[in-house]
Amino acid sequence: MSAFFTLVARDLKLAVRQGGALGTALGFYLIVVAMLPLGLGADLNLLSRIAPGVLWIALLLSALLSLGRVFESDFEDGSLDVLATGPLPLELIAAAKALAHWISTSVPLALLAPVLGILLNLKLVAYPMLVATMLIGTPAVSFIGAIGAALTLRARRGGLLIALLVLPLYVPTLVFGIAAISAMLGPDDVAAPLLILTAISLGATVLGPVAAAAALRTQMQ
Amino acid sequence: MQSITQRLANPTQFMRLSARLLPWVAALAAAIIAYGLYLAFFVAPPDYLHGEIARIMFIHVPSAWMAMACYALIAVSAFGLLVFRHPLADVSAKAAAPIGAAFTFLALFTGSLWGKPAWGTYWVWDARLTSVLILFFLYLGLIALRSSIEDETLASKLTAILALVGIVMLPIIKFSVDWGNTLHQPSSVLKLGGPTIHSSILTPLLVMGAGFLVLFIAMHLKAMRNEILRRRVKALQLAEVARVQAGQVTAAAE
Repeated sequence: MSAFFTLVARDLKLAVRQGGALGTALGFYLIVVAMLPLGLGADLNLLSRIAPGVLWIALLLSALLSLGRVFESDFEDGSLDVLATGPLPLELIAAAKALAHWISTSVPLALLAPVLGILLNLKLVAYPMLVATMLIGTPAVSFIGAIGAALTLRARRGGLLIALLVLPLYVPTLVFGIAAISAMLGPDDVAAPLLILTAISLGATVLGPVAAAAALRTQMQ
Repeated sequence: MQSITQRLANPTQFMRLSARLLPWVAALAAAIIAYGLYLAFFVAPPDYLHGEIARIMFIHVPSAWMAMACYALIAVSAFGLLVFRHPLADVSAKAAAPIGAAFTFLALFTGSLWGKPAWGTYWVWDARLTSVLILFFLYLGLIALRSSIEDETLASKLTAILALVGIVMLPIIKFSVDWGNTLHQPSSVLKLGGPTIHSSILTPLLVMGAGFLVLFIAMHLKAMRNEILRRRVKALQLAEVARVQAGQVTAAAE
């Protein structure tokens, strides 16, 4: 287990010291959300109504931007082959890298979301639920995204392809994330969508590393 | 004694068998669909609510069935490739993907044409429509992933992994979009307690369904044959290039 956390710590350290990745994702998130009122008109009622959906979709797109890097550099410089000969099974290596992506990209994006909510006139009661759904749902984003990252390692135009492969798989996360926020604002029960969102995230943390490792294994032979 | 799948693992055997079967299957598909269309247009009564336009159902519903059946076939082929390394499994998966995408598109397109007079709009973000649209995206993803990886063996394995991930995700996606209310009518043929539609409509529908199934088998066989031939041509070309290069080397040495 210590090898697992060493790998997570190494990836986090790389993410911090290489820099750029997180800043780009956060900047992209900010600019997508800021472009929206310019395109839709500055009707505050409209913006307030669509704010949860906009924040969620922009978060998915921003997280996608950095997904390509999850395995890429380690695959290219051979670190992945060295890691594969180590004590950790490839599944846990993939899990560690997805976890590092979650901590280094998805969590900061989720924490930026309420700030951007102000720009979109999101109702105050929705803020705790917005952050809660994002923190609960983003593991699914990182772990399902790892599948896409692993599948497109040797593909041409991998960056665009990853979006086509992964975005359809994000549908359940998006639907239940939004459902929980709408339930908070409306009369519906909040617990049910929140519990299902948790289930999706937990399922993704199991499925993601297994599928990603299978994809990595075929490419490393 | 070899099982049928083992015997078919030899592409030459498969080519011989499929060459003999294909004309019959294609003719059968044409006959069943012709009979189904006759039933659909001249025997089935017009719908009491939607009138003649409801006849689009006889194309729409079988297309939607085939769209799902085809993904199931791709998933089985993917499993066959990854687990049993069956030589034809990848050929089958590759050949089925564009056909499945076409059936999915047909289901969406005819549904949209039907939706305009029935619901007053070409498209609604309803559970059924959305889940079929996502199925269409999954097909596109399979095709795109395969076409963007140069190494064909690698491409086939990675596409198989994606197909299996898709089969796990599909029920969840379906279930998640069902969360909302639906305008699309619920399933009325395949359900507990028997079909809830009258036999005058059910019979043509089932005939068309059978016709589409046989049509799919015919197209799939043909596409698999094409793929095997394409691979043979490629292998021959590579062998030819290697031969020419070897000739040049010996000529240079002399």
